[in-house]
Amino acid sequence: MLRINDLHASIEGKKILNGITLEVNAGEIHAIMGPNGSGKSTLASVIAGKEEYEIESGEILFNNEELTELKPEERAREGVFLAFQYPVEIPGVSNINFLRTALNEKRAHQGLDPMAAKEFLALVKEKAALVQLDDKLKNRSVNEGFSGGEKKRNEIFQMAMLNPKLAVLDETDSGLDIDALRIVAHGVNTLKSAENATIVVTHYQRLLDYIVPDFVHVLYNGKIVKTGSKELALELEEKGYDWIKQELGEEIQA
Amino acid sequence: MAYTEDDLKEELKSKEYEFGFTTDIESDKISIGLTEDTIRLISEKKNEPDWLLAYRLKAFNVWQAMHEPEWAHVKYNKPDFQAISYYAAPKQKKVLESLDEVDPELRKTMEKLGISLEEQKRLSGVAVDFVMDSVSVATSFKEKLGELGIIFCSFGEAVQNHPDLIKKYMGSVVPMTDNFYAALNSAVFTDGSFCYIPKGVRCPMELSTYFRINESGTGQFERTLVVADKGSYCSYLEGCTAPQRDENQLHAAVVELIALDDAEIKYSTVQNWYPGDDKGIGGVFNFVTKRGLCEKNAKISWTQVETGSAVTWKYPSCILKGDNSIGEFYSVAVTNNFQQADTGTKMLHIGKNTRSTIISKGISAGKSQNSYRGLVKIGKNAQNARNFSQCDSLLMSDRCGAHTFPYIECDNPTAKVEHEATTSKIGEDQIFYCLQRGIDEEKAIGLIVNGYAKEVLNKLPMEFAVEAQKLLEISLEGSVG
Amino acid sequence: MGEALTKKNRFLSSLTEGNSTHSYAALKELEHLDFPNRKTEDWRYTRVAPLINKLLRQSAVRPETENFYIPQLQSHKIVFSNGNLIKNEVADNNRITIKKLETSDLLLNSQASIDEIFTTINTAYTHGGIYIHLDKNTILEKPIEIIHLIDGQNTFAQIRKLIVLEQGAEAQIVEGYYSSETGLSFTNAVSEIIVKDNAKLHLDKIQFESEEHWHINSEYVYQESNSNFTINTITLNGGTVRNGLNISVDGNNCETNLNGLYLLKGKQHVDNHTKVDHKQPHCTSSELYKGMIDDQATGVFNGKVFVREDAQKIEAFQQNSNILLSENASMNAKPELEIYADDVKCSHGSTTGQFDDEALFYLKSRGISEKNAHALMAAGFAEDVLVNVTNEFIKLHINKLLKERFNWEL
Repeated sequence: MLRINDLHASIEGKKILNGITLEVNAGEIHAIMGPNGSGKSTLASVIAGKEEYEIESGEILFNNEELTELKPEERAREGVFLAFQYPVEIPGVSNINFLRTALNEKRAHQGLDPMAAKEFLALVKEKAALVQLDDKLKNRSVNEGFSGGEKKRNEIFQMAMLNPKLAVLDETDSGLDIDALRIVAHGVNTLKSAENATIVVTHYQRLLDYIVPDFVHVLYNGKIVKTGSKELALELEEKGYDWIKQELGEEIQA
Repeated sequence: MAYTEDDLKEELKSKEYEFGFTTDIESDKISIGLTEDTIRLISEKKNEPDWLLAYRLKAFNVWQAMHEPEWAHVKYNKPDFQAISYYAAPKQKKVLESLDEVDPELRKTMEKLGISLEEQKRLSGVAVDFVMDSVSVATSFKEKLGELGIIFCSFGEAVQNHPDLIKKYMGSVVPMTDNFYAALNSAVFTDGSFCYIPKGVRCPMELSTYFRINESGTGQFERTLVVADKGSYCSYLEGCTAPQRDENQLHAAVVELIALDDAEIKYSTVQNWYPGDDKGIGGVFNFVTKRGLCEKNAKISWTQVETGSAVTWKYPSCILKGDNSIGEFYSVAVTNNFQQADTGTKMLHIGKNTRSTIISKGISAGKSQNSYRGLVKIGKNAQNARNFSQCDSLLMSDRCGAHTFPYIECDNPTAKVEHEATTSKIGEDQIFYCLQRGIDEEKAIGLIVNGYAKEVLNKLPMEFAVEAQKLLEISLEGSVG
Repeated sequence: MGEALTKKNRFLSSLTEGNSTHSYAALKELEHLDFPNRKTEDWRYTRVAPLINKLLRQSAVRPETENFYIPQLQSHKIVFSNGNLIKNEVADNNRITIKKLETSDLLLNSQASIDEIFTTINTAYTHGGIYIHLDKNTILEKPIEIIHLIDGQNTFAQIRKLIVLEQGAEAQIVEGYYSSETGLSFTNAVSEIIVKDNAKLHLDKIQFESEEHWHINSEYVYQESNSNFTINTITLNGGTVRNGLNISVDGNNCETNLNGLYLLKGKQHVDNHTKVDHKQPHCTSSELYKGMIDDQATGVFNGKVFVREDAQKIEAFQQNSNILLSENASMNAKPELEIYADDVKCSHGSTTGQFDDEALFYLKSRGISEKNAHALMAAGFAEDVLVNVTNEFIKLHINKLLKERFNWEL
């Protein structure tokens, strides 16, 4: 589904990604871990098409199409979803109206008519229940006045509504207490199918207790330096990122 | 809300001014120029009593001694007052008995404007006083309102039928000496609307007037007078459109509101006079004086959505004379291309415990200039007066300007006055968030701008809110890039 | 018009013209300028008629009094008496020039044309002032302390300063204005300040003249790239005081801080006008002006922030807070933003009100007397501004003046 080949990217002249290669297939969950500043969030933003980042070389293929040629909204309509690390507040724009606009844009792209109001509301009800999103939040302005946990749940709610092929969860666990973490993970697991794929970007192993990855990649200095099964995450948790640094240091010396 | 952006796209086949059509009806238009004779002619055509002619002539003298104001943050070629025709009435064969008798061309215009009278009558319960150029052509719901003792008619009719009320209140809030354009209006006004709500009556429907400048080279000088007697309530809607004309057209209206003890007036305006083209050619000069007077416990609330006009100069104000009276001003002003707007309000706190709220949202795009200018004055005797003002500006291009000029004058130590203003660019992170959800940039901006203006849009009656939302988007189309 | 002209000529008639090309040019310009009246937007809230109806004269020197120095402050001392430079401690470092300013050194008009009448009068009639110059990368260890002493009895003191900080130089200057208690007098001070690349200037201005005194102070500051300019204007006494700060920020990455505190009583009238003109991108400016106004006093704040076209990434912040303490006190505020670039963050706020009743009650419920509760609240209110006065001796001195005038222990 997603194939990233030797991707190099920078922001304001500062190199962040130094040759990422990654393949994600339908039905898989990939975790990307790494210390602060290793380029995790950059990778997520680059996949979504944030314009500040400059792609210097390499390719990102999504269902064999070059993603970097598409505008952010076109990527979204093709089925790329980014759950933001810091969901943006948009004052005055109701969550529901926002979602309806997004959903109908996607449907238009697929050649479908806008969803009827009744059907839409039923869908909202069903998906909101998945992440136990309070009714009031649905009608409030997008993310405005939401607590940290509510914002993250709102991201998963939107993901459920838009039903993406590829979901990239950027530090979705940050700022979540254990209950909220369970709710979010439950949402993600429920949405998982053989047709879609998920990339979980995280600093801590904690989230991976609930969303079990098929692969764990360790990002360091803009490069994937280690790939393994879910046990790698546990090992990281135990030994810390210094372990990776040391190991790398040894490699370089050797 | 039922409205979706898709509806909008459906309706808008082009980005051109939607209402830029002219109606080809025979117009009774007097030749250009302004002298005492012009005024006598207008007065005669309208069959006015002598006292009103005297009032006009006095105003004309006052006006001649005045100079066009220059303090506003706008630049334009001053109108040539001798090149304007001061009277243009659609020619009619006879006095109209019912709507069916209205000229079919005129009816078509109304329909294009979306205010077909019978539709309105049947569906929405809005009484519309339709002012095309200067004369009120059709007034509906008069009878139904009449049962409650509510008078809602053209200004001209009111002069004929309710001269005492006109004599008593006209010029009582905006005296002819107030400013250059108010003086001009007092001299040459052709028609407008009058509304009187009797004691204790709550007007059951929104009262509505559409103004429209149709004839080329005519100025629109209408006058609105709303009197809410003790304990009464009314909500008044004013919508304005003007067709596309090359030369600038002048619109210099006067609106006076009087809210007697315990009365409340809500006055909403959606203004989309022709703003000129993307080269800054043409467009309406909108120089309007709007002011309301609040007696004891009275409340006046101004809401405006301004997207049109080449140059706007407008400060709907409240004189909070009575104790415990309340003034409100909610405004969204959008400028694009070469538009210039200098708009805001004055809140004059005279009585005790008076309160005022000012919410102003400016949006500038293109090469436009958008200024908020406001005065909050707390008089010596305004014990415990309160004011809160929030003036935000949103910038959408690097060649436009957003300016804030508030004047805060406080002469009472028990008063509290708070003013806040912010100026910033439209949030790039907000746009990206929308893009990531599959919403394209133009739509994203529409959403964000409407959200930004929501506090004001929410104050509009439902029918107007939908129209206003669309207008915001239309006026900003093509402004991003 | 005719009458106004006669008034102007009468007002100027007793003054002695300077003799340099600058003075002559200014005299010529004066022919076209007139005193502001109620229609002059920039002087909307301040009437100068009572001043210009007086006949003033440029007076001779009065003896210096040691009392006015800030106790314990190690500083380079400069003293003006009635506008005449009478003491000028030369710095021990030859990279620092502190000398009498000759009128031929005046810089004005080379940087910007200034059609402000009081500034032009200063240029036309000044007979010298002080010139402070710091060479490249010179860091002044001791602050420069400038004391201005003015006699009453119709004295017209013209004060002129030129301060130039070359690249990377750093200085701190504290100025104190004091006058004798008797009669009307007038200080007309003009400063030109140039803060070059990477230079840093901190200025504390203490105004403590008598209640009959007129004081018009005009500062013209030019900031070049990476420079830092801070001014704290502390007005604790004076009859009619008008402070005009004109900051032209003409370089990238500059920082500008303007703070003011005005504590007024009696019939004082204090007008703070600030203008920050952002001409270049990537700068920040911050303004905090706070005032407490008692008796029949009047406060005026007019703060203007300009952001010119293409001056992107400007962050400009402005806050003005006022407390009215008496029924005859007034405050007029006019915070303005004029923005011609889009990628900016600008805000201003202005509040006028009274001390928070609940807070006062809270203090009283802890056994604090009404008077002390007020003093505590006042101290807290003023501290937001005074915290920017970083030198402890200067701050102690301000506290002493506060105690002297308001009987407050801050």
